[in-house]
Amino acid sequence: MSMLGFLTLCKKEINRFMSVSVQTIFAPLVSTLLYLLIFGQVISSESSGFEHVSYNAFLLPGLIMMTMLQNAFSNSSSSLIQSKMYGNLDLLLLSPLSATEIFLAFVLGAVVRGMLVGIAIALVSYFWIPFVWINPFWLLSFALLTTFVLGAMGFLAGLWADKYDKLAAFQNFVILPLTFLSGVFYSVSALPAFWQQATWFNPFFYMVDGFRYGFLGVSDVSPWLSLSVILAFAVVLSALCLVLLAKGWKIRR
Amino acid sequence: MPNAIAVEITNLHKSYQGVAALTDVSLQIPEGSFFALLGPNGAGKSTLIGAISGLIKPDSGRIRVMGHDVQADFRKARRALGLVPQELIDEPFFPIRQLLRIQAGYFGLGKSQWAWIDELLQRLGLWDKRDAYMSSLSGGMKRRVLIALALVHKPAVVVLDEPTAGVDIELRLSMWAFIRELHAQGHTIILTTHYLEEAEQLCEKIAILREGQLLALEDTQTLIASHPWEYLEVTLENLPAVLPQMVTDLLHRRSANKLVLRLSRDLARSELLAILSAAGLVLTEMRQLEASLEDVFRTLTTNGVHS
Repeated sequence: MSMLGFLTLCKKEINRFMSVSVQTIFAPLVSTLLYLLIFGQVISSESSGFEHVSYNAFLLPGLIMMTMLQNAFSNSSSSLIQSKMYGNLDLLLLSPLSATEIFLAFVLGAVVRGMLVGIAIALVSYFWIPFVWINPFWLLSFALLTTFVLGAMGFLAGLWADKYDKLAAFQNFVILPLTFLSGVFYSVSALPAFWQQATWFNPFFYMVDGFRYGFLGVSDVSPWLSLSVILAFAVVLSALCLVLLAKGWKIRR
Repeated sequence: MPNAIAVEITNLHKSYQGVAALTDVSLQIPEGSFFALLGPNGAGKSTLIGAISGLIKPDSGRIRVMGHDVQADFRKARRALGLVPQELIDEPFFPIRQLLRIQAGYFGLGKSQWAWIDELLQRLGLWDKRDAYMSSLSGGMKRRVLIALALVHKPAVVVLDEPTAGVDIELRLSMWAFIRELHAQGHTIILTTHYLEEAEQLCEKIAILREGQLLALEDTQTLIASHPWEYLEVTLENLPAVLPQMVTDLLHRRSANKLVLRLSRDLARSELLAILSAAGLVLTEMRQLEASLEDVFRTLTTNGVHS
């Protein structure tokens, strides 16, 4: 098997979003900084729920992770549905690339975009919320795994959607609520019992909580539990995408 | 290898929501041939081409391209095939030359293929547009880009689905000249077209589909020769506006003072003259016309299976 085909598709996926970097990198950077500015200013006096952790320091990793996962999802889902709409997906389907290669290349594109957005936010926000990377291993593990899972989720949504409207519905009614209810803006320990229970079923919570552990060394649940949950999601979603792609679900008529 | 098979289709079935698009289609396309796949709209031509190229998954049956099963050995089968699809596509992120390089890359072909890509751009009259985006091109130019995309990996089998649809005459001629050249170089060419004259001139072998079934599979000349009708162009002294029924039954088409009659091959000339005379028509000239592929096509697609 030649790696060149796979690498070409990876490069294409990265060049695709880089060619519109104002929309794909700078816009999420600016909107996240606005969140940080407004929430940080207005409720900076609030307790983070953890000792010795200011609200701003608590908020930053949550916002970074929220933006990373949203952008990872957007990348693979947009790329796939645009290819469908423009008809150029057939060029890929006529190529000798396997289902695994196509899936991994799309997801890798999503991972790279998510990571670039995350790094950009971290670098810019460092000027007013200095932070110490407590544990780069956890940070990197959660960042990579989360963007991978959201890339796979975006790929699945892109496969399923046959018009932009459906994709927008998925984004607004699934991704957005799960993100906002994942503990980006608050600690789960501050929630009433029912909502605490509900949060345990939200996979995005584990992504945000684990990532925050990498920044602050504190979290609502053990990072090992979070890592296990995300890994399980990564395996299940990848398997589902690969089976559907191999069957040609919604793409090979 | 005169007897080698480029595409082998065996017992292919495909249906959409219970409606059969292809029913038990089996055919072989010899390597190096110029092959036409004809049929009226909805006959299943594009479905068959989609199945050969892997864009459509058949319900059952088997397809091999250059000996490689399109499902089990898809990498080799797809390397051996280039498809020019009927529908135009768009690609807003990459200009033409980059798009061609990306497509070659999918096939594992790197910089070594770039000279060929530039040659394709020049041969297809796209060189000046190499840095333009698809959206800025005319329909004819987009069609040429699709041809270039199908050829980036120099496939043994080139499939063209209605390549000249909506293309002006000049471009159509240059396109065929280029495709003839590919054929002369040994590529197997498979095409669908609504221009039957083109198919007759270009193709050595023809398959005709109707309602998903194979009606005929013959060498072009054999197919035309086996046509059950002959055609006579008769010039008449007096051509009334309304023809008698006995003449209308034989009428194929009419012009100002000429009729083209479709006759059974066993109808004697004397019998024809008697019919015209009985109808009060005075014959001044008579000329035999060869049956065309269009005549064969019309007969088959209205009447049924070719024996």
